Amino acid sequence: MVSDSPADGRNPGMPLDLDWVRSVQANLSAIERRAATIPGRRSVKKEWQAAWYLRAITCMDLTTLAGDDTDGRVRRLCAKARFPVRGDILAALGAQELGITTAAICVYHHFIETARRALEGSKVQVCAVSTGFPAGLSPFPQKLAEIKASVAAGAQEIDIVITRSHVLTGQWERLYDEVRAYREACGEAHLKTILATGELATLRNVQRASFVCMMAGADFIKTSTGKEPVNATLPVGLVMTRAIRAYQERTGYKIGLKPAGGIRKAKEVLPWLSMMRDELGVEWTGGDLFRFGASSLLGDIERQLEHHVTGRYSAAFRHPLA
Amino acid sequence: MTRISEIFTTMEYGPAPESPALVNQWLETHARSFGHYIGGAWREPHGGERFPTLNPGTGQELAQIAQGDQEDVDAAVAAARAAYPEWRALPGHARARYLYAIARQIQKHSRFFSVLETMDNGKPIRESRDIDIPLVARHFYHHAGWAQLMKELLPDQVPVGVVGQVIPWNFPLLMLAWKIAPALAMGNTVVLKPAEFTSLTAIAFAELCDEVGLPPGVVNVITGDGRTGAAITKHPGVDKVAFTGSTEVGRIIRNATAGSGKKLSLELGGKSPFIVFDDADIDSVVEGVVDAIWFNQGQVCCAGSRILAHEGIAERLTEKLRARMEHLRIGDPLDKAIDIGAIIDRSQLEKIRALVDQGVADGAKIWQPSWSCPSEGFFYPPTLLTEVTPSATVAQVEIFGPVVTMITFRTPGEAVELANNTRYGLAASVWTENINLALDIAPKVKAGTIWVNCTNMFDAAAGFGGYRESGYGREGGLEGLWEYTKAAWLEEAKKAAKHAPAEPAIAPGFDDEDEEEEGVAEALGGGMPAIDRTPKMYIGGKQARPDAPYVMAIRGPDGALVGEVGRGNRKDIRNAVEAAHACKWASATAHNRAQVLFYIAENLAPRADEFAARIRALTGGTIVEAEREVAATLDTLFYYASYADKWDGHVHHTPSRNVTLAMPEPLGVMGILCPEGPPLLGFVAAIAPAIAMGNHVVAVPSERWPLLATDLYQVFDTSDLPGGAVNIVTGRREELAQVLAAHDDVDGVWYFGSAEGSGAVERLSTGNMKRTWVSHGIARDWYARGSGRGEEFLRQATHIKNIWVPYGE
Repeated sequence: MVSDSPADGRNPGMPLDLDWVRSVQANLSAIERRAATIPGRRSVKKEWQAAWYLRAITCMDLTTLAGDDTDGRVRRLCAKARFPVRGDILAALGAQELGITTAAICVYHHFIETARRALEGSKVQVCAVSTGFPAGLSPFPQKLAEIKASVAAGAQEIDIVITRSHVLTGQWERLYDEVRAYREACGEAHLKTILATGELATLRNVQRASFVCMMAGADFIKTSTGKEPVNATLPVGLVMTRAIRAYQERTGYKIGLKPAGGIRKAKEVLPWLSMMRDELGVEWTGGDLFRFGASSLLGDIERQLEHHVTGRYSAAFRHPLA
Repeated sequence: MTRISEIFTTMEYGPAPESPALVNQWLETHARSFGHYIGGAWREPHGGERFPTLNPGTGQELAQIAQGDQEDVDAAVAAARAAYPEWRALPGHARARYLYAIARQIQKHSRFFSVLETMDNGKPIRESRDIDIPLVARHFYHHAGWAQLMKELLPDQVPVGVVGQVIPWNFPLLMLAWKIAPALAMGNTVVLKPAEFTSLTAIAFAELCDEVGLPPGVVNVITGDGRTGAAITKHPGVDKVAFTGSTEVGRIIRNATAGSGKKLSLELGGKSPFIVFDDADIDSVVEGVVDAIWFNQGQVCCAGSRILAHEGIAERLTEKLRARMEHLRIGDPLDKAIDIGAIIDRSQLEKIRALVDQGVADGAKIWQPSWSCPSEGFFYPPTLLTEVTPSATVAQVEIFGPVVTMITFRTPGEAVELANNTRYGLAASVWTENINLALDIAPKVKAGTIWVNCTNMFDAAAGFGGYRESGYGREGGLEGLWEYTKAAWLEEAKKAAKHAPAEPAIAPGFDDEDEEEEGVAEALGGGMPAIDRTPKMYIGGKQARPDAPYVMAIRGPDGALVGEVGRGNRKDIRNAVEAAHACKWASATAHNRAQVLFYIAENLAPRADEFAARIRALTGGTIVEAEREVAATLDTLFYYASYADKWDGHVHHTPSRNVTLAMPEPLGVMGILCPEGPPLLGFVAAIAPAIAMGNHVVAVPSERWPLLATDLYQVFDTSDLPGGAVNIVTGRREELAQVLAAHDDVDGVWYFGSAEGSGAVERLSTGNMKRTWVSHGIARDWYARGSGRGEEFLRQATHIKNIWVPYGE
């Protein structure tokens, strides 16, 4: 379906194509209707469900972004990221050799150092939210400096927030320039652009912002900070998924999607994975191209995995705390 | 590698079957053999004959179904007749309670009904669970409300009586609900026959009726094949027939019931266009196509089976569709993770294959996904045919399978032309982000339902039904209730007619010009001879000589010659229909139509004495009677002028974020066979409602007294009525009625005359399945509200188009 893909290289971005941005059509009712049928059209049961849950864990950005975070709290989180599921459960599932970890842990700049040390020797990435997260309204030079400082501190992934007003007022060039600068500041670190879709008002805006961020060199587009009133919804995810597909069709580059915020229950991840699989392909159900930003989701998945093993419903306290 | 780590890598879908256990248990309880439900009891089929019903997903037999014969049908109709007086006499509130109880029971047993439906029909469990059964419950809830409100909202209507209902196999329980809910709500009793492939949910429904204590005989379920259906539709004890199915069978039913006086509603086939403009949200369009043609394996009468795509986006759309098709999953209908289930039967599967083969032979390019279908059961892959020409068979006939064709267009005008290039007119889907365009196209497409940026949306509050050969009548909403009621005055008139002779087919008082002429001298004024007046036909706004120069003498009560009119023939009708089509009256604003009707009255009024004198000369009535008729005519013109801009549609409250506009639209070109008399009022009261609604009329005036109609065209000429809006063809009425009824470019025929003539009109209407409204020899009092004028005339002059417009940004 795609023309000659330039391998699996990192998206270099492209010049801002305003015609493309402005030609976007996103019909809310039709998108909602499609999104509403995704959970009903696909059902994953038994071993398949257990395997899909394990996969979901490997797509997880285990997150703590609270004002009362401490080094100790972050170290506990990192330990959980390295060993997200109890060993006896993994053994019962026959999944030890999969080396299940979360994809990343996601923290404020302040804790990058702590996390990096705690995760040494593991494949878990350290991700820092940046650019004046969550509102993103700090002075621009300061935001660039923040990215650079985080990269210098060892963050491998940077989650930036876009300036929502650029979207709401249609200043696509300014949005493009901003994200382009962030990308440069990231260097080798991967750039995840948070659209804060709950504050963009329309799906058309979501899709336009998605295109501009990808054109500016985003590696991932991410729905939310987790701090907006509405976070990751399937209709929003569907629109971003379609944008990713269109971008790949046009440029050959694969962009990742990160829904974040509000995904707390294990059963909620299945429609997301189905959507990624059916709309974009199996590749988009792996951590390279798909992430859940979540803090409490893992606990519920653990309980479901234990239920699969024992046939009994599980309790939260049976699983090690993060 | 363990099982789980393997799935972890491939991320395959596994089986996710819904359990058939409870349904199997129910089948076993009945020893997998069923009878008829008649008069509240289960009965063995009279002939002892049964046939198997299969699970299309496996090809295995599910149960043995009773074959109904004439005796079974007689018993069921008798039971329905016996139950009718009491059921009808129940307060609306009591009937509402029964319907409410049915709705609740359906909801409580929703999973059972879903699984049973899927096993018997082969549709994916997702659809029966998330669409069919919820809509069934919704239909009974909604109509519980109509039962409650009937007396208040339809005060002049009464039930029709015993209703015979024959339903198809594609939405078995939903079609049952569409038939039974309005029938019961309006006080009718029913004999229903499910399709032979899918009888089980109707049988389970009958059990449910028993559970809620529905009085015996109110609902009777007879199973069987087409012979059973024919026995129901032909049964003299049935007052109304409601049928959903193929146009072919609909035509047979129209023929069989013609002249019987039975009310008839038909929901037939379709070849619905799916119009995609270049500014549409293409990804959403692709999902729309999935919902349009891969819903229920494309076995949907209103399936969007003809994609009409703007040429500029057709290629991109095709690519996206192919990619999407590749990801569709086909398989066990009970599996909760499949998109497409099984085709109903091997015979249908073979029909689909044959049509697709023909399409390819005709030059279409075929595309099917790379994956293969299950080998057991009846499956057909989703199929896209491109490079299809409008002349290809696959572009014209209903395939009733998961097969969609694509044709491109250049302009909105061409899209409409292609959309309407079909004998059908059930539904259409219009995709554009431009509301100006959407609302421009929606009224122009000849179809009963238009979905803007959506497709296959149904609801109990919105009427569903077709134009053209897709049938007539609506199901759902207020517009659906008229099918299950009749005017109270009509019931009284029918009772009276049983004791009185029917209106004669050929009225006395005329003779042909080749017969001996008498009394010409009496027609001359004293002294100077009168100037000869030659009434002509009135076609396209011009006076026209008859195609064949023959005249008919029109005489007064004493036999004196009052005048002569042309004797029209089939060519005059042909010319009149062409003139009617050329007219633009339908696009005049309602205000403009009102103005013209008022103006006709204004211009008639000063000539009241002349018209009264003419009436007297023809009828021999008193001056008081003649003046009363002229006055009533003026009143009638004002009446329909007033209604022209007040016969509003509705905005239905359908349960999704959209406006559902129920718009009355004119039928198009109508043939109106006016009553014999009163000569002036009868003519005007028959044509005024039709033109008030924007129809173009070919009127055949009273055969006995046509001179009032021909006198009137001078009034039309001075009243800004555009040429072709009303055409008058004088002559032998029965003869002309048959030409009009058989004309394939006439959209509706009204016939006020004999029972025999009514039957002929109904029979001959089957060519294009035009709408007919005939009097079956029951005389109307043209001076009375209800029988002589009223909203029924406006309803009969329009059909309701439902336009679904979802909104939100």
